[in-house]
Amino acid sequence: MSAATEIAAMQGGTAAGPAGPRLFAAGAAAGMAAHLAAYGEVPRHGRDWSLAEELEASGLTGRGGAGFGAWRKFAAVDHARRPNRYVPRTGGPVLIANGAEGEPLSFKDASLLHNAPHLVIDGLVAAAAELSAGSVFIYAGAANLAPVAAALAERADARHIALVEAPDTFVAGQASAVVNFLETGRALPRDLAARLAGSGFKGRPTLVHNVETWAHTALVARYGAGWFRTAGTPEDPGTRLVSVTGNVPSEVVLEVPGGAPLDSVLASAGVGSDAVSAVLVGGYHGRWVRPDGVVLSAAAAAGSTPAGGAVRPGAGVLHVLGHGRCGLAATAAMVDYLAGQSARQCGPCMFGLPALADVMGRLAAGTGGPGLVREVERLLALVAGRGACHHPDGTVQLVHSALETFADDVRRHLAGQCQEAAPAGGAVR
Amino acid sequence: MDDAMWAFARVSGLLDMVLLTGSVLLGILARSGRPLLAIPRVSVTLLHRNISLLAVVFLVFHVVPLLFDSYAQLNLVDVVVPFLGSYKAFWQGLGTVSLDLMAAVVATALLRRRLGTRTFKAVHWLSYAMWPLAMAHSMGNGTDGTSAPVVAAAIVLGVAVLAAVAWRVSAGFLETAAARRAGNARNGWTRP
Amino acid sequence: MNAGGPAARLHIDWTRCDGRGLCTELLPEALGRDEWGYPVAAPGRVRSGRDATDVPLTGAELAAAMDAENLCPLLALRIIRP
Repeated sequence: MSAATEIAAMQGGTAAGPAGPRLFAAGAAAGMAAHLAAYGEVPRHGRDWSLAEELEASGLTGRGGAGFGAWRKFAAVDHARRPNRYVPRTGGPVLIANGAEGEPLSFKDASLLHNAPHLVIDGLVAAAAELSAGSVFIYAGAANLAPVAAALAERADARHIALVEAPDTFVAGQASAVVNFLETGRALPRDLAARLAGSGFKGRPTLVHNVETWAHTALVARYGAGWFRTAGTPEDPGTRLVSVTGNVPSEVVLEVPGGAPLDSVLASAGVGSDAVSAVLVGGYHGRWVRPDGVVLSAAAAAGSTPAGGAVRPGAGVLHVLGHGRCGLAATAAMVDYLAGQSARQCGPCMFGLPALADVMGRLAAGTGGPGLVREVERLLALVAGRGACHHPDGTVQLVHSALETFADDVRRHLAGQCQEAAPAGGAVR
Repeated sequence: MDDAMWAFARVSGLLDMVLLTGSVLLGILARSGRPLLAIPRVSVTLLHRNISLLAVVFLVFHVVPLLFDSYAQLNLVDVVVPFLGSYKAFWQGLGTVSLDLMAAVVATALLRRRLGTRTFKAVHWLSYAMWPLAMAHSMGNGTDGTSAPVVAAAIVLGVAVLAAVAWRVSAGFLETAAARRAGNARNGWTRP
Repeated sequence: MNAGGPAARLHIDWTRCDGRGLCTELLPEALGRDEWGYPVAAPGRVRSGRDATDVPLTGAELAAAMDAENLCPLLALRIIRP
């Protein structure tokens, strides 16, 4: 991994864990032997040691997109599983490793499951022991379950983990859709997704984390919070995987420290900063930024595109838009795709996203009138916050950032001239 | 005494047919999401609900007197189990089936919050079977089934329900149909 | 809306809502309708992302909100008390 040198430079020196890349330290397609050789056995902890406290101290955030503190969900499930006078006990908590990765530009979860499945399993095993889990699932696309199945066959401590094949849709990875799929076979998001920790799968306390979050959990369980914090910044500790796609020499997954400058990450992927017009950070639900001076940090404020500040890495996607490509055309194609990926449950998403796609298409084609931007903004306000899952909000964020980042292009398009040739058919990769 | 009971049952039955028809029409209107001229949607829904409950009351007025009628010789089993009656067993049986359906529809409507919309909806569809059965029962079983005013009224009610059902299955039925069609005109999405 | 937060919130379950318009009749000041018929929180009510789905209500609107909760044909509404 090209970012290894950066991570090594930030190591404290006394850390027990791997000094180079963390998640891929065992090498490609690591079996149990390579895994143990690289990471060692999971230490036996004393009675005063607690994974929950260790996670909180580590500052690990979810690597699936939302970026909340991993310990919060853990603590909520820990709280919900304890006997409660008012709520009848409904079986042990449920742990789910979510590797559905519906985001078309992301392949870091697939990469992790293929190369370091044991790390994901370790994370689940450690949490299952601490939370007395009743059921543990790994949920991912069929192609990515095969290496996990092979890894499970190599070890005796993970027989209780069940593999579930995720459908290949964008919203199949939304946490409540995962739980819905396990219960009903339909990967559709549900209302009140935030309460999964209290009442998720069959009413049981349910902890859904991205597979990468579980892999980091395994490392925190092994080496502790202090070691975890030897990479990254105090605000965004540890490392994360990013999928780099678009106008790049080759599409790669990199492990980068928290707070990494965007242009140095792109340089690691062999992308020169002078070749880059803009970068889509976080995927189809992410935002467009000009890379100069921008750092990737989970601690970045939610909201509009930063000018030379920090941007949330979301699902860890960096999609490069080279010079000579039209950002509005690329965005319009994405919105078109996102509209088609609506689960068609929630009216404002089901009808609002196609309307938004239509207007963005006209904006990109330069065939709209002067009122077009106002219409885009009206639709954005109409769709925002009005859905059971994050799908409409993610789409709103994408379009908002495109209007800001490509403001000059918007003006040119409204005047009927696109300086940059839109790729045929609006294809973006 | 017998005659009074008989007459009361007859009148209640005829009125119930009117109420039932009103309930079905208002139900279809409520489903469209449209207000009725100056009557807001909320009132249409409440009217549908209350007229339906009134129809239940009149069904009681229709059935209970017949239990005491020596000619009809209805017993409690006949009220719920169809086709056992001593007088025009078939036509009376249709009324019994209709009563059973109405009981199911009303009970599930009242327990809607507990049962959830799926069960409620599925059972509520039975209204479309209940209405023609009740109509057939009232024409075939009723003493007045062949009198001109009753036949005329039946034709009016029948035409009204048929027209409402035709509207129900038409493309522009929902208030929001046009806007939602326009927004949904495109299909065939592709991954970029 | 006073500084202490809304008296209650009306939660809209978008997976159920079909935009039949009853709630918007009962709560005309809190809810409007979008072009597809779905309820949309009045512009002044939306201060954060949550407010579009959990619409803030005043104390005076609580009774009407309970009617809306009761009459919603799709059972898509729920009052959330603070």
